[in-house]
Amino acid sequence: MSRFEGSDSYVAPPELALAVNAAVTLGRPLLVKGEPGTGKTQLAQEVARALDAPLFEWHVKSTSKAQHGLYEYDAVSRLRDSQLGDARVQDIANYIVPGMLWRAFESERRAVLLIDEIDKADIEFPNDLLRELDRMEFYVYETQQLVRARQRPVVFITSNNEKELPDAFLRRCFFHYIRFPDAETMERIVAVHHPGLKKALLAEALAAFYRIRETPGLKKKPSTSELLDWIKLLVAEDIEPAALRTDDAKAVVPPLYGALLKNEQDVHLFEQLVFMHRRAGRPG
Amino acid sequence: MLIRFFLMLRAAGVPATLTEFLALLEALSKGTVAFAGSGAKGTVPSGEAVEQFYFLARAILVKDERYFDRFDRAFAAHFKGAEAAFEALVASEVPADWLRKSLALELSDEEKARIQSLGGWEALMQALRDRLAEQKSRHEGGNRWIGTGGTSPFGAHGYNPEGVRIGGSGGNRRAAKVWERREFANLDDAERLGRRNVKLALRRLRRFARQGAADVLDLEGTIDATARRAGLLDLCMVPERHNAVKVLLFLDVGGSMDEHVRICEELFAAARSEFKHLEHYYFHNFVYESVWKDNRRRHGERTPLPQLMRTYGRDYRLVIVGDATMSPYEILQPGGSIEHWNEEPGAAWMKRLLAAYPRHAWLNQEPRDRWEFTPSISIARELVGDRMFPLTLAGLDRAMRSLG
Repeated sequence: MSRFEGSDSYVAPPELALAVNAAVTLGRPLLVKGEPGTGKTQLAQEVARALDAPLFEWHVKSTSKAQHGLYEYDAVSRLRDSQLGDARVQDIANYIVPGMLWRAFESERRAVLLIDEIDKADIEFPNDLLRELDRMEFYVYETQQLVRARQRPVVFITSNNEKELPDAFLRRCFFHYIRFPDAETMERIVAVHHPGLKKALLAEALAAFYRIRETPGLKKKPSTSELLDWIKLLVAEDIEPAALRTDDAKAVVPPLYGALLKNEQDVHLFEQLVFMHRRAGRPG
Repeated sequence: MLIRFFLMLRAAGVPATLTEFLALLEALSKGTVAFAGSGAKGTVPSGEAVEQFYFLARAILVKDERYFDRFDRAFAAHFKGAEAAFEALVASEVPADWLRKSLALELSDEEKARIQSLGGWEALMQALRDRLAEQKSRHEGGNRWIGTGGTSPFGAHGYNPEGVRIGGSGGNRRAAKVWERREFANLDDAERLGRRNVKLALRRLRRFARQGAADVLDLEGTIDATARRAGLLDLCMVPERHNAVKVLLFLDVGGSMDEHVRICEELFAAARSEFKHLEHYYFHNFVYESVWKDNRRRHGERTPLPQLMRTYGRDYRLVIVGDATMSPYEILQPGGSIEHWNEEPGAAWMKRLLAAYPRHAWLNQEPRDRWEFTPSISIARELVGDRMFPLTLAGLDRAMRSLG
């Protein structure tokens, strides 16, 4: 089995690669947390690519039920078919719609299953998946059928900390917290996404980015994904590196900063700070 | 040796279980991490292997970033406290009194509080920390020294910097750094509530506010169940989600409390929509016969407590936020208030208030380990029947549970 070391489009720090490989080796789900925009969801996609495994993505919503991931009984179709006298109605199996978990279990090759933003769902949601993730099997009551994974899928679970996850659930997972990347890692990340970027522009953009992140009192700090968008814009608009730099590091509003600040209070706060700095920096 | 490590983690408050420990052993036996040095008793491999082991152990044993900091500390204590390192240190003729000083790092917060009262602690700690950062090994245990009156080295003496730079640094410094950096310190929920934590705390309140039960018709479920039964009506009921929680909030204002009052007001103001009723009142240091709603007009418009208790029923939850740090007289004596002449002691009013609102909690932003050293806190705690909680995420959580 190949090991995950990051890829040409995803920079994985060694500790992340280690956590992924441990989870893959032992067949345990890996719970991934971290600031929004640090590539939690992308991790599963990249691992699937690196392991050459089919990927099943289950995006959890506030209304999601654990059952949705296993299978759904399409009762309404059956009701309609019964009204129309369709012969299909006799076989209940016709109305069992497999969910993502089932499909990952049935995969010929070892699959990668992403349960995205598990904290969006009801508090009981993770508890309802305990046995399924532990034993990798579940029972379809309607058809009296036991569905068991052919090969234990690699399961990634992401969470944004909106709800606490139950202890019993956590016990069965491995856990990794993606830290916000330092400047050095960030350079590698940007290099992966924008290979041809001029060194000067990158340096200035990163400096401006971390400066904004350090602005005290921001409601939402810009994240990696926002930085990448911003750089894309800078390149598209052909902004000169010099435009990002001034003598007084704080007295400049970077161009196209709307890509970084997503909240009008933050934009306002930032402009005020810059204004104050300009006034303070004015000679005489 | 790993068993000792596991027990140390548990002792340090990392909620790791046996299942997880076995998973770690399984991972190790499957060779997830390559150990450089392995031997009969060698579980202290060097360099990269330690770091790899650190990350592996953390991924398997720790399930919440809040515990990363505790894990880091326990990890450091275990792997730095290995006997070999200790002996090497002693062998290099470390002055005995320095050995004692460096033990300061092992002091608990409680012990620090005791030392703080002797003065000069912060500066000394900082200097010590700086020195220790350059130092490769630390020793283990140290409990035998603590409490035997050995605080004197931390007095005004200062200490000899030459005495600290003992032994070379080097060796596996890089490996040691990861957990010594303690980057997750502010994620630990035993830390005090900061602005950055407020959001998380709010979610706890929200959960609290959503409890309650009443049966209502589940329309979706009814349709679904009816369809399942091919048109035979099947009624489904679900418990209602409602915020019937009523909160009476008492905030201590003035002096050291102001900053925390702001935090609490933020906290509860944002939670306001989640509660059916949220009423807040202010007091100064301790609750006497009246409280007020508006700080600017506090001397004019006061609400007498009896009136307040008549206005708000027993189903209100009482939350008091204050540091309870004052002279004991202010609680126990008539006329003890620093602002006015009170006919009856604060304790009497507090007892009436607590009797009127059996579901109550006191949030105290003083660190938990200092409580024992402030008599007024002990008194207040006794008054509220030990339902005083530190103003941390964990404390807030427990407070909300005790109110529930």
